[in-house]
Amino acid sequence: MEALFALLVGALFTVSIYLFLSKHIIRILMGAAILGNAVNLLIFTAGRVTREVPPIIPPEFDVPQSVVANPLPQALILTAIVISFSFFAFLLVLGYRAYQDLETDDSDEMRVAEPVDDVPPPLGY
Amino acid sequence: MSAAAPSLTFLALCLPFLAALVAPALTRRMGHNAVWILALAPALAFIHFLGFLPAVADGGAITGGYAWVPSFRVSFSWLIDGLSLTFALLITGIGTLIVLYSGGYLKDDAHLGRFLSFMFMFMGAMLGLVVSDGFLMLFVFWELTSITSFLLIGFDHTREASRRAAIQALVVTGTGGLALLAGLIVIWNITGVTQLSELIGLGDVLRESPFYLMALVLVLGGAFTKSAQFPFHFWLPNAMEAPTPVSAYLHSATMVKAGIYLLMRLNPVLGDTAAWTTILPVFGGVTLLVGTFLAIRQTDLKQMLAYTTVSSLGLLVMLTGFGSDHAIAAAVLYLVAHSMFKGCLFMVAGLIDHGTGSRDITRLGGLRAAMPITFAAAMAAAFSMGGLPPFFGFLGKEEIYEALWHADTWSLAFVAVAVIGNGLMFVIGFAVAIKPFFGPVRETPLHAHEGPALMWIGPAVLALGGLVAALVSPVTHRFVSSPMASAVHGAPELVTISLIPHIGAPLLLSLITIVFAVAVYLGLDRARRFADRSLRAIGWGPDRGFDQFMSGLVRGSRRITGVMQPGRLDIYMGVTFVFIALALLVPMAVYDEWPARPVWPEDAAFHELTIMAIAFIGLLAVIYARDRLTAIVSLGIQGFAVALIFMLFGAPDLSFTQFMVETLSVVILALVMTRLRLTAADHRPTGQKLIDFSIALACGTGFMLYLLAVTQQPFRPYLSEFFEAYSKVIAHGGNIVNVIIVDFRGTDTLGEIAVVMITGLAILSLIRVRASRPDQPIVDNDPDSEPTPTGAWRKGRKLGEGA
Repeated sequence: MEALFALLVGALFTVSIYLFLSKHIIRILMGAAILGNAVNLLIFTAGRVTREVPPIIPPEFDVPQSVVANPLPQALILTAIVISFSFFAFLLVLGYRAYQDLETDDSDEMRVAEPVDDVPPPLGY
Repeated sequence: MSAAAPSLTFLALCLPFLAALVAPALTRRMGHNAVWILALAPALAFIHFLGFLPAVADGGAITGGYAWVPSFRVSFSWLIDGLSLTFALLITGIGTLIVLYSGGYLKDDAHLGRFLSFMFMFMGAMLGLVVSDGFLMLFVFWELTSITSFLLIGFDHTREASRRAAIQALVVTGTGGLALLAGLIVIWNITGVTQLSELIGLGDVLRESPFYLMALVLVLGGAFTKSAQFPFHFWLPNAMEAPTPVSAYLHSATMVKAGIYLLMRLNPVLGDTAAWTTILPVFGGVTLLVGTFLAIRQTDLKQMLAYTTVSSLGLLVMLTGFGSDHAIAAAVLYLVAHSMFKGCLFMVAGLIDHGTGSRDITRLGGLRAAMPITFAAAMAAAFSMGGLPPFFGFLGKEEIYEALWHADTWSLAFVAVAVIGNGLMFVIGFAVAIKPFFGPVRETPLHAHEGPALMWIGPAVLALGGLVAALVSPVTHRFVSSPMASAVHGAPELVTISLIPHIGAPLLLSLITIVFAVAVYLGLDRARRFADRSLRAIGWGPDRGFDQFMSGLVRGSRRITGVMQPGRLDIYMGVTFVFIALALLVPMAVYDEWPARPVWPEDAAFHELTIMAIAFIGLLAVIYARDRLTAIVSLGIQGFAVALIFMLFGAPDLSFTQFMVETLSVVILALVMTRLRLTAADHRPTGQKLIDFSIALACGTGFMLYLLAVTQQPFRPYLSEFFEAYSKVIAHGGNIVNVIIVDFRGTDTLGEIAVVMITGLAILSLIRVRASRPDQPIVDNDPDSEPTPTGAWRKGRKLGEGA
């Protein structure tokens, strides 16, 4: 089963990076959203996949009574989902505000920090 | 030695730094008279070091110190033998006189306190340098002298020439300092010792090491830059931009001799090899000739003296390189003599400048009557510089000829170099001492007058010192010359030369020198024109080379920055992902760690395959979507597919969270994006799309192979088993994932909450804060302009708007 997961993870990464390489902020944002899924699924698969048995201990026992899914990657991913969502929201608002001020979503035209006609540094002492 | 001696020596080393600390406050309260009190600091240190004379004269060395970083055997420790002691006495003795002189010279300067503070910092650094035993301590003080020299040269920082000279000195000597550090580390690695005192016995180990030449070249890099050897000599004349006390103290008497000190200190361990006895005399000899030739050209008193300092340093390097008994004795005598007469002559130049307002030798004359004390000091120093009896310089010069006079071509060549160099220095010395004082009285910017006592004490004492040291030469030799020569030689050595001339080659060479010098002196104007013409014909010099180097550095950096940071996000991203792909794929290829060919999972159920297929379709739809809304919806499809996968494979918590997050993302994205007027499709040309897709595919394949390789390794469930076993028992929770998050790794979750909160605040501020119109361009702070009074900027802006 892991081979299939690996294939899906590879596809998620490919699409996400392809979107990242675009010049348009909106596509980069979608790439960021997919990248989160790609990484989460990577962690999930690295912890091995088990079908349909959530890591929950029945109330009357002290330890799980059968083989359960690996809880550790799940805990990591749960944290990761929340953080990647908050960053996604931040990037979205940042892109939106940049568009409002600069009137473009083309990253090539966003040259406030590194202008094309930057003045050369002074040569004197 | 009493028990209190180590701490007293430590105090003597700290005294200049303490004086640096109190100098500004004291000067603010007492004006320039504060120097009378401040001069006590170096004077007390001088007296303390005088107390070591008898012990050192008997061949002893005073050591002491404290552990600094014991695990690396780095210590703050001092070694005071004949060499260190002579230097320490010169630094503190001349330092005392210079402090007094500064009080007179910068009497009305508003920044006298700052100046004295820098001066004392330098004094402390230089003193620390010459008594250092540990390598690291030596290096730290070495660089500290470079930095304080930078501060002093750039003291008048409103002038561009000062700033340039300061930067130049710092770049040249600082770079040399780094070479020295590397050299010391190489020596440390060869011998395994970190103390100069332990190194002295290990000369043979060092000389036989294959890394000897590397260590030598690196150490010479430090010494030659500091002591202004050709072709690094150019910074020293430029350093004359500093106030005259600095020129007299740092750039003739002490700091520039740090390189000579280092060579003398290391002579017993690095010296006496073919490389040492070739490189040093050749560089020294060339420096001697170049320095005197350039000096002849100058008409500014300080510039003339600066170039002869370059040549004197060349002479010292040359003598140290020969390394014979007489050569070392000559170097020692000449070094002491030079510190006194050159320091004196610089102070004379300052006095003339102070008294008349001019330093141009062609515009001065007849000052003898107006400035009698200055005249007397100048004449005495010139006698010493010219090597005439009964002054100390005479002993130095006789010993030089004694050392060089051998009947082979190599020696004779250097005899010729020494005769020409000495002769031209004789010319410059007397030009400085005679031209301004004799002849008809010339009009000068100021009415010529003698300087205040503060200013003539220094030159007078140094001039007298040059006389007395020679008259009582047996005493001088016993307490100064012989111990120092022994330390340089690494074996006991006795200096015996006296004022009574003995008939022989040295005396003959002296006479030749004097005849040559008098001939040049009489035709000085013609010699100057000749030097000027030939230098103009050459046109290029290391000084201009430095400017070219610096502007090349700035231009080159700009070009590299332009390539590395073109300011285009797609290029940054492209480069980043190419490197990620390489990092993933190259190690697998190089170490042949490809994962085994995966087998088709027989147990894959139909509904599982369907959901995976939906995820793939969602991904494709994101790329191929014709408009934004479709793309956003497709994004939601792959997100929900992933959520379903979590659900099917035993992670309901993840699944619920993913559903919520994915829904929110899609809704927000759709809300925001429909507000923007954006063109729909991907605008990249096909070629670019192909390149981008290849990069993406390489990365994706890399991650896939990596994940396959990981999952084909045996699984180690230690951590998971721990959480399963103790979740209920210790943390009393049935849902293991939740227990990990809120209990076992509760602090991590706190961090996560903090991240969410901070991004929330950032989003809020992004929405709330509206950008104002583009601001006024920032005007660079121009150091040459008058400081703007508060509020003037606003007024100017209003005026500008009104007009």
